[in-house]
Amino acid sequence: MALIEVRDLKKEYDDGTKALRGVSFDVEDGEFVAIMGPSGSGKSTMLHLLGLLDPMSGGVYKLEGKNVNEFSDYEIAKIRNKKFGFVFQMFNLLPTVSVFENVKLPLFYSDVKRSEWDKIVTDTIEKVGLTHRKDAMTMHLSGGEKQRVAIARALINNPQVIFADEPTGNLDSKSGESIINILQKLNDNEKHTIILITHETGTARHAKRIINILDGEIASDKIIPVSERLLAGGNHTIK
Amino acid sequence: MTIIDRIKSASGGLLVHKSRSVLTILGIVVGVAAIVMISALGENASKVIVGELGGLGAETIIIRPGKEPTGPSDMASILFSDSLKKRELDAISNIPNIVDVAPEVLVAGKSASYQNQTYRPMVLGFTASFMVNVLDLKVSQGDIFYDSDIKDNAKVAIIGTKVKEQLFGNEDPIGKNIEISRQKFRVIGIFDPRGQVVFFNVDELVLVPYTTAQTYLMGIKYYNQIAVRASSPETVDSTVYEIKTLLRDMHKITDPTKDDFSVQTQQGLIKQVSSIINMFTVFLTFVVAISLVVGGIGIMNIMLVSVSERTKEIGLRKAIGATDNDILLQFLFEAMILTFFGGVVGLLIGFGLSVVATFLIGLFLGTSLAYSIPITASVIGLVSSVGIGIIFGSYPALQASKKSPIEALRYE
Repeated sequence: MALIEVRDLKKEYDDGTKALRGVSFDVEDGEFVAIMGPSGSGKSTMLHLLGLLDPMSGGVYKLEGKNVNEFSDYEIAKIRNKKFGFVFQMFNLLPTVSVFENVKLPLFYSDVKRSEWDKIVTDTIEKVGLTHRKDAMTMHLSGGEKQRVAIARALINNPQVIFADEPTGNLDSKSGESIINILQKLNDNEKHTIILITHETGTARHAKRIINILDGEIASDKIIPVSERLLAGGNHTIK
Repeated sequence: MTIIDRIKSASGGLLVHKSRSVLTILGIVVGVAAIVMISALGENASKVIVGELGGLGAETIIIRPGKEPTGPSDMASILFSDSLKKRELDAISNIPNIVDVAPEVLVAGKSASYQNQTYRPMVLGFTASFMVNVLDLKVSQGDIFYDSDIKDNAKVAIIGTKVKEQLFGNEDPIGKNIEISRQKFRVIGIFDPRGQVVFFNVDELVLVPYTTAQTYLMGIKYYNQIAVRASSPETVDSTVYEIKTLLRDMHKITDPTKDDFSVQTQQGLIKQVSSIINMFTVFLTFVVAISLVVGGIGIMNIMLVSVSERTKEIGLRKAIGATDNDILLQFLFEAMILTFFGGVVGLLIGFGLSVVATFLIGLFLGTSLAYSIPITASVIGLVSSVGIGIIFGSYPALQASKKSPIEALRYE
């Protein structure tokens, strides 16, 4: 059974825009999938539907074999809290509180014991290499540091799937590379499933599989041979 | 999320916009302060008046001409009604349980003068002994007038210390003549300083025999009221009954609603005055409650602005696992903390202002008033301010909780 199974997935917005016109694919546990496509192709919509941030208009989405339409709002909130982690292009941190508090935020909505919080937060911040900045207000951080905070926050409940929506889109190439390396390591070493949205070929080539989307449909779906994959520490500007 | 978490998180949200938060709660602060102040003053005013009336003594019964007053328009009928005259006075004097009877004649708007000095005192026609006994006044300089003076329409007067100061300065007034309405009155006594007693100030008083006031000052045959003392507090009720029966009999009244007089006891007066003050307090509190509602609308507006400004934050919280309920409670707690804080500040300001006001009124009345914290009003003020937070915060909070995470995350 695939972790994620979508069949004929459709999304039509209230204004009549058909963002997804029926896509079907599976994602196995432990995969690193890059979803690529130009602006307006429907790739962000895809992430929103897969991440249960937005309801679909048609088709079937099964998460671990269960139809997501049968989940209650409460169950969906719990899935977003425990099973999923999100990293956004705009970071979406709370600017007026510290790195530590930002990373801790999802724990408030979880059932993790309060006595364990500090250790979990400290460990997770260490994992993204920001221990020295943990008391800084996030508005004083650089873009790369902000995105690392966002990754730490996504990781805090040890999610099965990390959804990253253009995580390098607002970063310079060096910071972007370090972010993508972190994601790759999380996939390689800790077996988090990663679904990455990007329009940069170089970024996408860190993934194990690339799905190309065009006008709301899948244009191609390819496994990247190990020989062509950009590995952690590699230079993603190389073609 | 525990309640402490919610309170902390909500306070954090409010502290980010300190000046906005403070401005938002101004309406609540003013409303609660006003409620506390009105209640404190109402309670204290009621205490003062009840205390003053207490000075009348529990055995005192007041008989007034005209029907029982139910509103300000009836006051005129009391002042100009002539249903109580010498005939009624004599009849009442013969009721067994009555130990003292004193008719009263109000002399309004007259000046008193001595040589070049003029002063506008409160002139009252009464019996000196009743006044001295019931109100426990002292005349240590000179003497009071007696029944013989009353019988003879003697033109004698007892004056208060302020009247003495204004007219005589350091001169000894005893035996001198003051002039009221071109009539000469010989000063025979001076009241010891006492200040406010029941509804007038002893120090500003010129007391003359009621017969004299009728004949020389007012030209009337009736009395403005008759004060009666029963033999003991226990006989008051039966005496009132006897007075009523007697007067109805004399005036041939069969329907008690058509009485051309009214009889009041100290207890009755206290009840009447207290109920008037309570009515005022309730009315004013109601008016002030409107300001709380206006404050609530202000809070709703600011909360709506805040919800729309923080759309991204809401989206993010939902993306990381907040339920609709979590978001709803977060904003509701913010509104409640705001209004609770506003309520507390309002209480403190209200206490402060009412202490000052009580002190000033005390100075004005020449007595010192005890201040008591209006506990009921404080609780009502605090509870209603939090209630207003809940009522006016729930709509914005509901708006926030209904935001889709994606709509919220996309919002720039």
